[in-house]
Amino acid sequence: MIATARTILRKDLLVELRTKESVPAMTLFTITVYVLFHFGLDRDSLDGELAAGVLWVTLLLAAVIGVSRLFAAEREQGGIDGLRLAPVDLTALFVAKAAALFVFLTAVELVAVPAFGLLLLGPGLGGAFPELLVVLLLANLGIGALGALVAALAAETRAHELIVPLLLLPLLVPLLIACAQATEPLMRQDAGPEDLGRWLSLLTLYDVVFVLLSVAVFDYLLED
Amino acid sequence: MAAIELERLERRYGERVALGGVSLRLDEGQTLAVLGGNGAGKTTLLRVLAGLLRPHGGSARVLGASLPGERWKLPAQVGYVGHEPLLYRELSGRENLRYHAELHGVPYSSLDPLLNRIGLANRADEPVRDLSKGLVQRLAIARAVLHDPQLLLLDEPRANLDPSAAELVEPLIGRSSGRTRVLVSHDVQGALEESDVALGLRAGLPAPVDSELYR
Repeated sequence: MIATARTILRKDLLVELRTKESVPAMTLFTITVYVLFHFGLDRDSLDGELAAGVLWVTLLLAAVIGVSRLFAAEREQGGIDGLRLAPVDLTALFVAKAAALFVFLTAVELVAVPAFGLLLLGPGLGGAFPELLVVLLLANLGIGALGALVAALAAETRAHELIVPLLLLPLLVPLLIACAQATEPLMRQDAGPEDLGRWLSLLTLYDVVFVLLSVAVFDYLLED
Repeated sequence: MAAIELERLERRYGERVALGGVSLRLDEGQTLAVLGGNGAGKTTLLRVLAGLLRPHGGSARVLGASLPGERWKLPAQVGYVGHEPLLYRELSGRENLRYHAELHGVPYSSLDPLLNRIGLANRADEPVRDLSKGLVQRLAIARAVLHDPQLLLLDEPRANLDPSAAELVEPLIGRSSGRTRVLVSHDVQGALEESDVALGLRAGLPAPVDSELYR
C-alpha cells in the first residue's frame, strides 16, 4: 500500500510541477489576503488573538483552493477509473492525496508565513518559531487528512467546487480553534507557549480522528 | 471454460434501466461483439464487466469472479479500453505507462518493447496533451495490455486509428492476441467477422442483430 501511495504521490507532484495549478494559486491568494488585511485594518502591525486569527483563517481559506483541485486530474482525466482497474488498495489513494495536500500546504506556508510576518506581524516570531512550526505541521496533517476525504466525497459530484467549502470549512472549526489558541501566545509582545501542550494535544487528536475515519471510509466513497 | 457468464444481468441509473435481462456465456479465447445504437447500454455492459459499475440485478461471473463481491479479483486479469484514454495529459506517454506499470507491478523493462510495438518509441517523451487522438488511442491500448490481461474489454478500440496504426495494434488487441475479448463497435460487419458470439442491445435490452437494431 505504501509503495502504491508513493507512486500516486509522485505522479501528483509531477502533475503539479507541470501545471502549477494549486500551489501558486494558494500562495497568491494567501499573500493577497494579507495585503488586504494590511490596508483594510489600517494598522502597522497585529499581535495576539487578531494576528493568530488572520494567519489561520487565511491559511484555511487557501487550503479550500488546494482541496478543490486535489482530485481535478482524476476527475477530468479518468484517474479514478485507472486506479480501480489496477490491483491496488484504494486507501493508497487517500494516503497519497493527503500527503500531496500536506506538501502543497507546506510549500505555501514557506512563503506565506514570512509574508505574514513582514506585512502584519508586529512582535515578530523570534524565538517562538519552533513552536509555530509544530503547530503548522500538525495543522497540515489534519487539513491533509480531512481535505483528501472531502475532495473524494465531492469528486464525483457536479457541484464539487461548491460542496468542498460547504463541507470542509465547518469541519475545520475545531482545528482552527486549536491552531489559533496555540498560536496566539506566540504572537504577543511577551511571547510564551502558554497552554501549548493542551492545544497541541487537541490538534493531534483531531489528526488521529480524521486519519482513522478517512482510512475507514475512503474505499466506500469511490465505490459505484 | 466460461470466461464470462451473465444471467439476467441488470443495471439501472436511478429509475432508468440501462441494462436489463442480459444473459450470455463466452468461453475463454472467444470474442463477443456488442452491437447497438447510441445509448443502447454497450458501454454500461463493459463497465459492469470491468467491475467499474455494480450490477443491480441478475448474476455476473467474469473469469471466475462473482460480481460485485469478488470485484477485487478482476484488475490483474482485465484490460479496458474505454472512451477516455485514462492517461494524464501533462505527463508523457512513457511517464503514464510507468505509472500504470507500477500500479500493476509490471517491470519497466517491458515498456520500451511495448512502445516500439505501438510505434511510439520516438514520441514517448512528449506530453500526452501534444499528441494526436490517434497516438493517444495507441497509448491507451498499450496501457490496457501492459499487464498482459486474459480478458480485454474494448469500447471502439480502433476509433481515431488510421489503417497502419490499426495493423500495429492488431497483435495486442485483435483476434491474433489470443485473449478473450468483448468488443463494442459501430462497424457491424467488421465486428461480426472477428467475433464468435454477438449481442445486440436496444434501449438496454437484448435485441436481434439485424437491420432493425439501429432504428
